[in-house]
This record gives sequence, C-alpha cells and structure tokens, in this order.
Amino acid sequence: MNGFTASELNELRNQFPALHQRVFGKPLVYLDNAATTQKPQLIIDRITKYYSYENCNIHRGVHYLSQEATAAFEDVRTKVAGFIHAAKSEEIIFTKGTTESINLLAGSLDGFLICIGDSVLVTGMEHHSNLVPWQQLCKRNQAKLLVAELDDRGEVSLEQFGKLLEQKPKLVAITHISNVLGTINPVKEMIAMAHANDIPVLIDGAQSVAHMHVDVQDLDCDFFVFSGHKMYGPMGVGVLYGKEKWLDKMPPWQFGGEMVDQVSLQETTFNQLPFKFEAGTPNVAGVLGLGAAIDFLNQTGLGKIGQHEHQLLDLAMEKLRSVQGIRFIGNAKNRAGVISFVVDGTHPTDIGTLVDKMGVAVRTGHHCAQPVMTRFDVPGTVRASFALYNTAEEVEVFAAAVQKAAGMLH
Amino acid sequence: MTIKEIQEQIVSEFSMFEDWMDKYNYLIEMGKEVPRIDERFKTNNHLISGCQSRVWLHAENREGKIYFTADSDAVITKGIVNLLIRVFSGQSPEAILEADTDFIEQIGLKEHLSPTRSNGLVSMVKQMKLYAQVYKLKQDN
Repeated sequence: MNGFTASELNELRNQFPALHQRVFGKPLVYLDNAATTQKPQLIIDRITKYYSYENCNIHRGVHYLSQEATAAFEDVRTKVAGFIHAAKSEEIIFTKGTTESINLLAGSLDGFLICIGDSVLVTGMEHHSNLVPWQQLCKRNQAKLLVAELDDRGEVSLEQFGKLLEQKPKLVAITHISNVLGTINPVKEMIAMAHANDIPVLIDGAQSVAHMHVDVQDLDCDFFVFSGHKMYGPMGVGVLYGKEKWLDKMPPWQFGGEMVDQVSLQETTFNQLPFKFEAGTPNVAGVLGLGAAIDFLNQTGLGKIGQHEHQLLDLAMEKLRSVQGIRFIGNAKNRAGVISFVVDGTHPTDIGTLVDKMGVAVRTGHHCAQPVMTRFDVPGTVRASFALYNTAEEVEVFAAAVQKAAGMLH
Repeated sequence: MTIKEIQEQIVSEFSMFEDWMDKYNYLIEMGKEVPRIDERFKTNNHLISGCQSRVWLHAENREGKIYFTADSDAVITKGIVNLLIRVFSGQSPEAILEADTDFIEQIGLKEHLSPTRSNGLVSMVKQMKLYAQVYKLKQDN
C-alpha cells in the first residue's frame, strides 16, 4: 500500500484551484467528493479553449472548425472506451450524466425488454437515480420491483440475491459502490450469477470509476453508467456503456436531430450506433473536458489513487472512533473511501453545520438514498468521502472538528 | 414589545459574542430548551418539510394576536426556530406580514435562512406569514 509521496500529493493539490481557499477564515477541507469532485486546472483550461477557439456544431459541418471539433469529440469516445475497456467505441453513448444514462435505459427498455407483469431486481443500497426510474417503469407495466436487502454491515446477501434471480427478473440494476455506505459490491460474481439465469445486468459506476480500475469486458456487465463530474471532469456529461448486441436492437429514447438517417413527413429511419441514442446537439465542451479528466486519471494512476484513498479511510475510521457516541453506518469488508456516521444524541445537520464553521465540507442528510436511511433507522448521516487530493492532515482536521462539534452538542 | 424592538434586542445580545463558537453554543443552549409545542401537534399536519431537519409549527389566534409554538429534531435549527418564535409570537397579523427577517443576517446567521439551505427555516417563515395572512383575512371578514 503506497499511495502518493508527500511531494506527489502536493503537486496534485496544486493543480486544483478550488482547494486553495479559506472558508470562515479556515483552510477549506473538502470531503464531499462523492457528491462531486473539484476540477484540476487542465480541465478548466480544456473547456475554456474549446469555447475560445474551437466552438462549433459537430457531425454536420463541412467546414474546418466542425471537422476538427468532430474529430476531437470522437477521439474522446475512443478514449472512454479505452478507459473502461469497452470492445468498441460505438458502445459508448454520451449523456448528461448517470441519471440520464439510467433514464435512457429505462425509457428504451420499457416495452422492449420489460413488459407487463415482468420484474426488475435492484439492491437496497441504490441511489435514487438507480431506483426511481426502475420503480416507475415497474409501475407503468404492473411489473414487480424486487429488492435484495442489506445486512447490518451494509452488504447484499448473495444467497438472497440468488433466490431473487430465481424469480427471473428481466434486468438486474446494481450499484458498483454505495454512495452512502462505501460498500463495494461483488459485482463480477453477481453478474455471473445473473448471466447464469440469462438476465442482463446494469452497473451504476458513478461512485467507482474515479477510484478503481473498471473493465467492463472483464466484469461482463451488459450496461455500465457513470458521470464526468464525480471523476474530476465537468458537470453535465456522462456515459452509458452498453454491449453492442443490446444497444443495436434497443429502440431510441429521445428523438430529434443527429439521431436520424432518412426523414420524410411520414417516416424516419434512425442513425446507427452510437448516434441513434444521441439526439440533438451534444455537450461538446463537456465531452472534451471528460477526455481531459480521463487523461488526468490515467496519468495519476487509478491504482495509486485507490491506495491513497484507502489510507485516508483507515486513518479517518481510527481517528473518529474516539468520538463519544459515534455510530458508523456501513461496515462492509470491501469498501471504498466513503464514511457515513451518526453521533448518538445529535442530528446529522447539527454536526454538518458546526464542522462547516471549522472549514470542513461534509455532506449531511439522506444522500439521495432514503431507503438506506430507513434500513438503518437514522434520519440521515454525516458523510465524508475522499478524493485523490485529500491529505492525512485534512483527515486529522476533520476528525478534530467532529470531536469538537459533538462536544458542543452533548 | 414590537417586532422591531425584539429584533434589536436579539441583535444586541448577539453582538456580545466574540466568535462563532460562543454564538453557536448560545443557539444550542436555546435549542435544548424544552420544546414549546404541545406533543399532540407534532404531526405531519404541522410538519414543515425541509430536506434534512424537521420543523413542526403550530399557530393559535387569541384576541387578535397570533401565538406560535414549534419544535425541530435538530438542535441548532431549534435554536433559530426559538429566535423566530420570540420575534413573531404574540404579534398582530398585520405586524407579522409587514416584518422582515433581516435581523438573522445582522446576527451572522444569514446562511440558515438562505433558500438553498434545506433546513426548513425558510419554509417556516413563509408558513408563519401564511398563518398571519389567513388570520388577517378572517378578521377582515
């Protein structure tokens, strides 16, 4: 377990302008990375460069700027395919984020794969964005939403998951990493179990792609979705990966320009992959920024990033343990750099409000996963989530801030 | 006392605090006071939906004045709730409708009443004004 050297970490931090500011007179300690990460200068520069010199609509102009921007845009598609090891770049669909990727899938699969009386299987730890689209799809189709429950550690029981598969759901939709509990689900095993029953699987990778290597072919997932802004890239851009065998057959979701082939007033034939699923002018600047984020992650090294964040997680757990009345929510064996906790006798927002005054940015509330709060019988949690630029000193400041806040409230 | 006078009194109290910790300790102390709302009013009907902390608000009209009682599950929120009640409770509907909440900014708690803060306090002030509006209409009729 190596992570970064002190000078490497310092150099990395220097690339992030947002980290070098004070809030309420204290140096900012940013620990809300599961919500969104800060952006390195090179990504901000990439977006500025596009709007300064390269801006134009893509895929349609014969002029120089359009051809250059189209090439740059399509280069990122290839880069994304390489980043998650997709077999083909046509399997990469650009969306505005994880939520849109899942809504695209739910929209396209409605009536195509999931019909009246069918079922869809999710877990009890899904973010609302990987729960509500399926729940509503099921309501529209009088279909059943099956839920693999969580145990007290915040893990899915594979035995129960296997039992639910026997009910032959048409799709399994599971998160790679829980945004609340930090649990890393054994997705490869779960995918194999689902495939043994001929059931396709969607993996929500919003919380995983910036923290570990993802190889969609090795996982053998049918769909994989993630957002740019949680991996140091811009907001408003995301990805839907799907195996060609699925995407090719699936009907389009949104209609308009770009996604069509021949259009008459009566009939339309649709464009090929990936354009069939990209109606309208895409977020070109966002896609180019996402490309820069992938370069940044590749150069920094996902292996090292994961090790570094794990060290911070271990240190934070150790330091927080001495806070009187602290109760960790989620204690999975295999977990990522996310800590959720409550302090008995206090409300999470009170802790969040007080540590904010000490310059520490954490998230409080239900984290868009209300069923998880219900499962653990808490009104919300305080959540700290780590990124590659956080330091051991910041973890110390954070733990001391929680200690102080708890002291004030008790 | 008028709303303005109570607000000035609160601003003067808060001006004695030297740093944020003293200020928040005072809020927490106020928040820990026994909830003033009758337990039977802590129902969903009286719940003001904020995203994170919950606030219950009850209003009564006695002799042309509105009396508020409230509670919250978060202690800092409750401290601010108590401040708002101290300011608005026992006042006439007209005075409540005319009043502003600038004193919150003057005592350095502006962020708690910003619309982006999901603690229910913004909705609470709106709800207090709504009660005042309703009672005023009833009076006028």
